[in-house]
Amino acid sequence: MEEKELRIEEDVVLFEPIRRTGKSFYLTLSILVAIILWAVWAYLHQYHHGLGVTGLARPIFWGVYITNFVFFIGISHAGTLISAILRLAKAEWRRSITRSAEVITVLVLFFGVGNILMDLGRPDRMLNIIQFAQFRSPLLWDVSSITIYLTASTIYLYLPLIPDIALLRDYSGKRKWFYRIFALGWKGTEKQHRLLEKGIAIMAILVIPVAVSVHTVVSFVFAMTIQPMWHSAIFGPYFVAGAIFSGIAGLIVAMNLIRKVYHLEDYLRPVHFNNLGILLLIMTLLWFYFTFTEYITVYYGGEPIHMTIFWSKFIGRFAPYFWGMFLFCFVIPLPILSFKKTRTPFGTLIASLSVIIGMWLERFVIVVPTLTNPRLPNESVIYAPTWVEWSILAGCISFFILLYMIFTKIFPIVSIWEVREGREKSMAEVQERIKTYLPGIGVE
Amino acid sequence: MVIDLDKCSACQACVVACQAENNVAIIGPEEAARGRTIHWIELIPYIEGEYPHLKVRLLPRPCMHCDNPPCTKVCPVYATYINEEGLVGQINYRCIGCRYCTTACPYTVKYFNWYPPEWPKEMKGSLNRDVSIRTKGVVEKCTFCSHRLLHAREKAKTEGRDLLPEDYIPACVQACPSGAMYFGDLNDPNSLVSALSRERRAFRLMEELGTEPKVIYLSEGM
Repeated sequence: MEEKELRIEEDVVLFEPIRRTGKSFYLTLSILVAIILWAVWAYLHQYHHGLGVTGLARPIFWGVYITNFVFFIGISHAGTLISAILRLAKAEWRRSITRSAEVITVLVLFFGVGNILMDLGRPDRMLNIIQFAQFRSPLLWDVSSITIYLTASTIYLYLPLIPDIALLRDYSGKRKWFYRIFALGWKGTEKQHRLLEKGIAIMAILVIPVAVSVHTVVSFVFAMTIQPMWHSAIFGPYFVAGAIFSGIAGLIVAMNLIRKVYHLEDYLRPVHFNNLGILLLIMTLLWFYFTFTEYITVYYGGEPIHMTIFWSKFIGRFAPYFWGMFLFCFVIPLPILSFKKTRTPFGTLIASLSVIIGMWLERFVIVVPTLTNPRLPNESVIYAPTWVEWSILAGCISFFILLYMIFTKIFPIVSIWEVREGREKSMAEVQERIKTYLPGIGVE
Repeated sequence: MVIDLDKCSACQACVVACQAENNVAIIGPEEAARGRTIHWIELIPYIEGEYPHLKVRLLPRPCMHCDNPPCTKVCPVYATYINEEGLVGQINYRCIGCRYCTTACPYTVKYFNWYPPEWPKEMKGSLNRDVSIRTKGVVEKCTFCSHRLLHAREKAKTEGRDLLPEDYIPACVQACPSGAMYFGDLNDPNSLVSALSRERRAFRLMEELGTEPKVIYLSEGM
């Protein structure tokens, strides 16, 4: 018993957020709740009066909500995917960041789905999607793959949580009954560990194709129509890359926040930000590559209907959005992430915030200009989102932060048992593993 | 449907007739300026060539009732579908208002009810009882007045005879003062529309998209 008490002391800072809740938490909480209530009111206003309260019109039938949908689903790609890849690659530096990443995925997915539902003219009829499901529609593919993704990533979040919940059950005074249920009788035996590791490994492999499919299918919503600059074969991988890009940025921002707020400097070290910064740098370049390919093929094809949209983005009405996107997605993050000196927690935070803004703009620049320039001549309508749409976007972001905060108050945001396992076992393990890589060291 | 542009004077009688026949909402100038107008058939400017060799036409544009409609493929709930007659229908009571069909249609013939439909007080008494009133939040579009087809079929049945081509025409065709619009069975090789559709002047809008529209235009001045 005494030894166990000592063990809790070891990672005491990880238990702090669950044990104690300060004034600043409640202050932030009330600000967020205020924004959320405002957004709820905005939505009720829309529900009551109809979608006419948005800036949408014919032919711009889709706007901020669809942009949000693609954006939030994109953010969700950080978590599970990054964590799964790092786990499978046995990257030892993953141990203290996987949990905070996986939570993002699970929580942010609700807002992706939520935005689609808020975009519906008749949300009361949404169950028609099940009753009259038409599987030729890419929207149905979305529904299916997001459901699978949400289920898989929830399991993937939950499995590595079990040993930590058991720790809380045994040593935390609060909410014992709650932890007892969710610990599923975890005792930390050899057999349980083996089963858990196996479960995590299976889920990690399973979740990767699911994650890739999710954002591919999201892009198919656009690419399967014959609308100019949507009907593009590159959209699948382009969206997946963009999703991972914004997802990593989201993760870096979240890590920066919990690091500062909960004093986890020792767990989330500069090296983590440096490594994630390198990943983000790769994605920045990949994003540029995809964007370049997408636009240069349109330009060289030179079809008038495509070029109308092309020029509206480059020099026309949407130029501020387009070049804003380029600035935030490429010009700002690239130099920051290129140098080791600026790949600090703060440097990557700036780059990540820029990427998040840029990727929202990217989604907007994909959705709106195409709809603004339909094939048949049309009255020219300028889409300007109204306060309702902006309020709902603010509400979604606040609600996400709120849920994330609450999660950190119930569960440890850094995987305690994995960090301990790293300390106790992996030193030796890694040494063994390295031996197997190299010739001339006595391992068969 | 065949529309002869040589005969069309762009008087918009078809638009008015459609508006009255199908209980299309009248939304007022403010909302119209925001692009919320609903017209199941509309005259669109179709500009060909470049200055100084410009040619501008006004095309009456109903739903094309494509044989290969891009809109029906994307509807998640079968609220828009192509029936055995080849009409592209819209079930207002099933539509969830996701507006995927409206964005997928290359002819932008689909309209959304941003607000509950409204009419001036004086007009409320004269709404057509054969056409259901849409609610807010659903998509609507030209149906080629399919309620008239139902009527005609029932009438023929009670009279104990087969349905004749002249039994059923949409309101726009009926209203056209210059006789520029023709309606009939394109599959019947002896029908007038079928003969016209094979004329040298015949063209379809954006045929290259492979949507196979069933509205055929006869170009003017040839």
